[in-house]
Amino acid sequence: MAAVLKLVNKSTLTAAMGQQHLAAISAAKAGVRAGRSLPEQVKIVEVGPRDGLQNEKTIVPTEAKIHLIDMLSESGLSVIEATSFVSPKWVPQMADQQEVMKGIRRRPGVSYPVLTPNLRGFQAAMKAGAAEVAIFGAASELFSKKNINCSVDESLRRFDEVMKAAKEAGVPVRGYVSCVAGCPYEGKVAPEKVAHVAQRLYSMGCYEISLGDTVGVATPGSMAEMLEAVSRAVPVSALAVHCHDTYGQALANILVALQMGVSVVDSSVAGLGGCPYAQGASGNVATEDVVYMLHGLGIQTGVDLSRLMDAGAFICRTLNRKTSSKVAQATCKL
Amino acid sequence: MGNVPTSVKHCLSYEQLIEDYPWLKRWLQEEKTITGHEYPQFVKIVEVGPRDGLQNEKEIVPTGVKIQLIDMLSGTGLSVIEATSFVSSKWVPQMADHTDVLRGIQRAPHVRYPVLTPNMQGFQDAVAAGATEVAVFGSASETFSKKNINCSIDESMLRFEEVINAAKERQIPVRGYVSCALGCPHEGQIDPSKVAEVAKRLYEMGCYEISLGDTIGIGTPGSMFKMLQKVMKEVPVSALAVHCHDTCGQALPNILTALQMGVCVVDSAVAGLGGCPFAQGSSGNVSTEDVLYMLHGIGIETGVNLVKVVEAGHFICNALCRKTNSKVAQARGRTLCFSAKE
Repeated sequence: MAAVLKLVNKSTLTAAMGQQHLAAISAAKAGVRAGRSLPEQVKIVEVGPRDGLQNEKTIVPTEAKIHLIDMLSESGLSVIEATSFVSPKWVPQMADQQEVMKGIRRRPGVSYPVLTPNLRGFQAAMKAGAAEVAIFGAASELFSKKNINCSVDESLRRFDEVMKAAKEAGVPVRGYVSCVAGCPYEGKVAPEKVAHVAQRLYSMGCYEISLGDTVGVATPGSMAEMLEAVSRAVPVSALAVHCHDTYGQALANILVALQMGVSVVDSSVAGLGGCPYAQGASGNVATEDVVYMLHGLGIQTGVDLSRLMDAGAFICRTLNRKTSSKVAQATCKL
Repeated sequence: MGNVPTSVKHCLSYEQLIEDYPWLKRWLQEEKTITGHEYPQFVKIVEVGPRDGLQNEKEIVPTGVKIQLIDMLSGTGLSVIEATSFVSSKWVPQMADHTDVLRGIQRAPHVRYPVLTPNMQGFQDAVAAGATEVAVFGSASETFSKKNINCSIDESMLRFEEVINAAKERQIPVRGYVSCALGCPHEGQIDPSKVAEVAKRLYEMGCYEISLGDTIGIGTPGSMFKMLQKVMKEVPVSALAVHCHDTCGQALPNILTALQMGVCVVDSAVAGLGGCPFAQGSSGNVSTEDVLYMLHGIGIETGVNLVKVVEAGHFICNALCRKTNSKVAQARGRTLCFSAKE
């Protein structure tokens, strides 16, 4: 209203002049809101080898996992989530966690975080030579109970021991929050709840909090609302977005996150990993499609898209499946 | 209020302000802010599935099925459904039944059914078949124009001028399309100034709306922003539409960028019908369902019922024996979880 009064407190303003003035303001505003400053650089956190493969039905041989990670290491990515130190009883795909960690060729400047759901997993990870770990909490109580059989608060208390051990060992810890936009059991999740869990993980010592739209229901509207709440509790420089493409919204959601100052994006080569809550539907957003968008925006990622696509082609051949990346599907045919 | 300066009157009374500047009310209602991002309150969807979508599907769809698809779409709340194309059946066999389709559909009140008319012959056939709105197709790329319609951009404009003038005489509105707005399969990068030039020509010739098409889906929010900036200097944003292809997965972020710049008309195709003729096996049109999901999630009104569009999509995919390209449609039938907004 103040802006409007500023506009019309010129008593000589005619309707026609007003329209022109309005058009000029609209164009300027349009330029501002769409071209609002985006980060110059974005860090991609490649979750294909862990989150991606964890949600693929076919068990991938250890050598193929190692080869995939090695190919990704050569593509310019600086963070590649390698495996998960979770019980093989729950996640058979990650049973070869030790061999994978020991077998990969670690490129200098690249970090290879691993999931550590508890102290035992952390200790096993240290033994296998891990130099960075990740823990996770849910923004939904029901999801926490169904997924790891305890409340959100209890799960965060369990991670206290992991945090303590990691601090002593000088190992950085990344925190994940799942169900940041919606939960398969609870439905809509309140942004304040997401902010609360993110803030807890951050104050426990996680250097970065990855906000996961676990079931892919977020849209630019709910994404903005959630990020607004979370960035009041955690500095935006410590935030990452982990968008799922189940409803095709991932890239639009990532764009809005970038416009709000987020500069770390999780994605999965070839879009590996379907949605466990919607049979046959897609899950993780494809790294190739994210990189294509970022480069088109003039944002640096350090990633070589064609090498990335080679890695995607390799793992899809191994899994005998089509890539979920649209860029990979289209490239070389245009 | 007696001898009070007008500016003071306006400060004291919102009603007085609106009475003196009626256009202000529309402007104030036009924009909706969500946490710092401004979006139109309402977006018009132009459903191109029955024409652009089917035109790029290999399998020939029986006339009865086309009519049923359009009739189903007419019941979803869509206000514009591109019904068919009056192009020679030698070039586009899928559209050979154009007259039968246009005559066979049940026209819903408040819904418009534009048809493509590439030349005077097509226009005359369209009018004879009862068309009440037509569309013409220009290109921002010379090479694409020559390869696609066998003439230069300038020559095509002369053809369209004929059609537009004939349409004006009959008070038939004309929509203009500009293809290759963000890239050309032959020329590669396209200068945004060229897009602006072609859009301006079509607009000045009399097209009421210009749909800017990313024909091969290689655009990104970066190139969409630059192109729209140039075009908006020549054509008012209220007369612009975006027609994004999802070949590289960029359609929704491109549409989002366009909305943030004030565009409020979006073309899309139910079930994402129509692959990309320039990249075998790749996707083409963006799915109406996925666009609706995003718009409704932002709180933008469209008047369209997403569930009914999903049903129409399932119908045509069954008829074509193919999977839907819409992620929303893929997720909905099988998921345990809810959707953000419908």
